Amino acid sequence: MNTNNSSVIFKRWPACFALTLGVVLLPGFLLLPLAGMANSSDKLTADDARHLLNRSGFAASRQDIATFTGMSRQQAADKLVGESRTDAVTPPPKWINEPIVPASKYRDMSPEDREAERKLNAERAFDLREWWFREMLTTTSPLTEKMTLFWHNHFATSQQKVRHTSLMYQQHVLLRKYALGNFGALLHQVARDPAMLIYLDNANSRKEQPNENFAREVMELFTLGEGNYTEQDIKQMARAFTGWSIDRETGEFMFRRGMHDAGEKVIFGKKGYFEGSQALDLLLRRPETAQFITRKLWREFVSPTPDEKEVARLADIYRESGYNTAKLMQAMLVSDVFYAADNRASLIKSPVEFVLGTLKQFDIDTPNLRPFVLASALLGQNILSPPNVKGWPGGENWINSATLLGRKQFIDRLFKNEDRMEATMNALDEMAARSGTPPPPGQAQRQQRNVERAMAALKWNLDNWSKPFAQTGSGSDEKNGALGMSKLVLAVAPRRLPAGNNAADWARGLVADPAYQLK
Amino acid sequence: MNRRDFLQSAGLAGAASVLPLFGETNGVAWAQPAPATTKTGASAIDSPYRNLLILIELKGANDGLNTVVPYADPAYAKLRPRLALEPASLITLSEREALHPSLRPMHALWENKQLAIVQGLGYPSPNLSHFRSIEIWETASKSEEYLDAGWLARTFAQTPPPRAFAADGVVVGSNDMGPLSGLGTRTIALADTAQFLRTARLAQAGRDERNNALKHILAVESEIVHAASKLNTNYAFKTEFPKNAFAGQIRTAAQLVASNAGIATIRLTLGSFDTHANQLGTHANLLRDLAEGIAALKSALTELNRWDSTLIMTYAEFGRRPKENQSNGTDHGTANVHFMTGGKVNGGLYGQAPALTHLDGNGNLPFALDFRSMYSTIISQWWGQDASRVLNGKFAPLDLIKS
Repeated sequence: MNTNNSSVIFKRWPACFALTLGVVLLPGFLLLPLAGMANSSDKLTADDARHLLNRSGFAASRQDIATFTGMSRQQAADKLVGESRTDAVTPPPKWINEPIVPASKYRDMSPEDREAERKLNAERAFDLREWWFREMLTTTSPLTEKMTLFWHNHFATSQQKVRHTSLMYQQHVLLRKYALGNFGALLHQVARDPAMLIYLDNANSRKEQPNENFAREVMELFTLGEGNYTEQDIKQMARAFTGWSIDRETGEFMFRRGMHDAGEKVIFGKKGYFEGSQALDLLLRRPETAQFITRKLWREFVSPTPDEKEVARLADIYRESGYNTAKLMQAMLVSDVFYAADNRASLIKSPVEFVLGTLKQFDIDTPNLRPFVLASALLGQNILSPPNVKGWPGGENWINSATLLGRKQFIDRLFKNEDRMEATMNALDEMAARSGTPPPPGQAQRQQRNVERAMAALKWNLDNWSKPFAQTGSGSDEKNGALGMSKLVLAVAPRRLPAGNNAADWARGLVADPAYQLK
Repeated sequence: MNRRDFLQSAGLAGAASVLPLFGETNGVAWAQPAPATTKTGASAIDSPYRNLLILIELKGANDGLNTVVPYADPAYAKLRPRLALEPASLITLSEREALHPSLRPMHALWENKQLAIVQGLGYPSPNLSHFRSIEIWETASKSEEYLDAGWLARTFAQTPPPRAFAADGVVVGSNDMGPLSGLGTRTIALADTAQFLRTARLAQAGRDERNNALKHILAVESEIVHAASKLNTNYAFKTEFPKNAFAGQIRTAAQLVASNAGIATIRLTLGSFDTHANQLGTHANLLRDLAEGIAALKSALTELNRWDSTLIMTYAEFGRRPKENQSNGTDHGTANVHFMTGGKVNGGLYGQAPALTHLDGNGNLPFALDFRSMYSTIISQWWGQDASRVLNGKFAPLDLIKS
């Protein structure tokens, strides 16, 4: 793999290389003999810094990039991991500590009250999503948010089934706490997390009729991956988790001894009186687990196609560290493959990255993020409501004709000169109409009001944002001009570099470029 | 490094006008696809997909028992003290079955023997989650099996619709591709053709051979541009369309057909049928929208001389529980009834009437006919293709298409 830095720039930015160095005809492959010289002490170029920050966070600013430029790969990775957090900066919604409506009370409710309860929880789920969006936008550690999103997708759990939004919040706190922490500990905690116990039906799993849902998914989706266990292993493991339940009145984890099967089990050919925790330890002992997680992190942070040799190397580091996720991420983020030219701009932004990244990149300030939560949902990613236990399929699946035109419309309306606010509102309306799932009555009006308020309060000025780029007026400058702007906004050279003298128009051109969908 | 990489490295990429000079590499033409401005009539193209399939998803799971009512079964009224429909109000089809009164606009189809009613559709080990069960229906998977591509995507991968078609499929009123998702199926999602044509200007056809992510995005853009170049809203219908939201989808579907641009499948969505509470009114309105919509579609397609080459099918994730709940509604169930209609459909009753006295432990109906038999009918009888590979097994087609 060619990792020489100048070659990297050369391949990605042929025009700029040619213009700034005046070497028009030197083909990239002549630099190949230098490949392999790069190592983790190499100093980051601005492009490297941008790549690192946009993969590990959302839409880096020029200041962020300047901070990381010139650091060694190791220093940069250490800084990102060192600054990670285990809790949120943004104060959570007020209701998070309210007790859940106990099952006994829910049973006795009138249909109207039940409906009201359902609506209240759905509304609170929006509060929670908005809160998380705010945290992603303002946190000092975007890597923590990326990892929390990763675990939310990994241990996919949906509010629509769990219903109690406070339990979704609790799970979220757990995922954030272990975002870069120990995976083994996280797995053990998730297995007894009330939202997960409800989502995968383990709360009802009893000796007489073990529910295999959690046992199946914990192997297929959370640890080993398909093909590394048998149907028999699932049945036996399901027995180990019988009785792992919740207290229906408080919503807390509860071990129900009477429902538990304490008998002898055979898992992976080993005989023993395995309990749930021991079953989890069996999973953590298997080398496939570290490989499975590493491969998935690779797809999130490096490229859509894991390099199996590198995966094996990184997975060994992970396993030997006792599943220290921070260590694995540090190793991944200093590796040659992470910085390799072929892996730049190889990933498609998720809707959250696309929507929040746009707000962050262009300094768009709004006190109300609800419409952007909605926009992201309409583009295919409604956080706290993954489509199923497999999470969002991601990658190329993010883009189809509807979501691509939806993304383009979002950009188009947001970046229009005239009637900006009203237009954005209409765009969201249209997207809502197209989504085919009109929100229940009442909620629609509330959402509408929210959107109106948010749009009225939307503060940004594209001309001001663009001004610094226009200062030299030169289209060929690395930092300024349309080229400089494109090197900030895009992960790869645009199909056409915007022309003209209006810097705001450069921005409009760049966000309309297909390359804007990449990270 | 392939030739294009070389060009990019040499600073020549982006100069699009240079590329055609180099002709083809790896058998792939580099030239930008010529703008397809010629509105060639798709009727000139010979393809099995001249036979159009229109799917109507009854989102949220329609209550089959109050749609095609087993009014003569005493268990029906017993299970539904408050929700059972008054026999006198129903449209009687046989000594056992009757239609919900809201379906009156579809009665003529029955009388003309063009309405097939397929009862008892389901699959083994039913899943009662909306998300999961619709995924099972749309990917035609087994209950425990996760497949990535939809059943229509697999059908079109096996025998692709002509490239000259505007699209393999159009999804109206939803941005979830459902059975058309995956395997590079050329699917367009739109709410309204005119609006699609307006917004499609934001897309630009193009290609990139080096970056796979970009390649995918540009392929989707090209599909949008291609479809937009073929579709139009020129035809003025004599048919009067009803005024509700679903009729908007029906009108859009009719307009798509009128474009004569070549489309193998159109999918519409009506809902929500998830009537857990106070079902009667909501359900009556939804069925009225469905029946008026189908009647309008029949009229419009007849006007276009396409009724005989169109097959309409309803589907949903599951049926609803026979026993009503405490909230005057019904909960998630299993087996269900669906409609197939079109000029070539042999009307009548198919499958088996609901076995109301043989409910399972959850109080749900046993299924009598695997839902994949419907797909097998479409793939083999309607399109003349091999269904067993697409469906990963043999499912006997129903004999409901006139030859």
